Amino acid sequence: MGLIKKVKKNFSSVWKGIFKKKVARIGIYGPPNAGKTTLANRIIRDWTGDAMGAVSEVPHETRRARRREGVTIESNGSKVTLDIVDTPGLATKIDFHEFMAHGMEEEEAKRRAKEATEGIIEAVKWLEDLDGVILVMDATEDPFTQVNVTVIGNMEARSLPLLIAANKIDLPESSPARIRSAFPQHPLVPVSALDGQNIDTLYEEIADHFG
Amino acid sequence: MKRLRTISGDIMIGVQMDLISEDKMSELTAMEKIRLILDGVKEGKILVLEKGLTPSEEAKLIEMTMIEISPDEFAGIEIESYPSKRNQKLLDRLFRKSVIRTRLTVIGPANQLKTLKKDRDLISALVSSQ
Repeated sequence: MGLIKKVKKNFSSVWKGIFKKKVARIGIYGPPNAGKTTLANRIIRDWTGDAMGAVSEVPHETRRARRREGVTIESNGSKVTLDIVDTPGLATKIDFHEFMAHGMEEEEAKRRAKEATEGIIEAVKWLEDLDGVILVMDATEDPFTQVNVTVIGNMEARSLPLLIAANKIDLPESSPARIRSAFPQHPLVPVSALDGQNIDTLYEEIADHFG
Repeated sequence: MKRLRTISGDIMIGVQMDLISEDKMSELTAMEKIRLILDGVKEGKILVLEKGLTPSEEAKLIEMTMIEISPDEFAGIEIESYPSKRNQKLLDRLFRKSVIRTRLTVIGPANQLKTLKKDRDLISALVSSQ
């Protein structure tokens, strides 16, 4: 290695050492039932052996943000340590009748609705304290939802990194291409958080993007 | 559905739609904008904002909407806007500075306004008379 190259490399690592944050705090965001907690569980399980939280088909299963500190992901020679925040699904409306349609009693449905509204407030507040976001989108659904537009807009306004996980590619009707054409300005990884399809590519992108 | 008097004096039954200009909104603070929107939506109005809200105002609107949701009275809002655009010049890019250009936004009561289809440049919505 030439002297100039060596000096450059050393200077670069000193610079990084001084100015680079050691741990990046990353939020997992998305609409309800996009698979945020399933993805958080997979990441945490793969890199620490634990799990993050319960999952369910009833929307708003996650009603409190959960943080897991110091998750180190190594991929393709890159290494990144993250604090991962699994957030409640963002929405602009909560109707308790929706929970009753899933078989809940009225009182329980109203309590869940109340908790869901509090969870959304918490998720919105967390947006201000993050270094980046993994936005989980259900690849079987229309990507132009207001939740997606709002999260992407907030990250762009603050020039913070955002990675889109186009989830549920195990389902035949999924179309990550539709998401890619909707938001071409951001990196996207098609993935199945449920069965782990393409998860290594996601880890490569995470290490590259947030490292 | 409301009985409303038009400017020509006719009494009509229907859903009120307010189209709010960019100039009108630019005179308001973020909280005033959010109050204007939530008060209007809770009265059953459909609001069309010429220029929409900034991403942080949108996040604040979601937060305030959640605070005001109450069972059997207010289930929240339906909001649809075109994805914002970034104006980024070379100098801005060097300093990691981006100017977000917000775009037309439609907001209404969640139980009355339903989005049928949305893409980068089209919002198709159904307004019910509930």
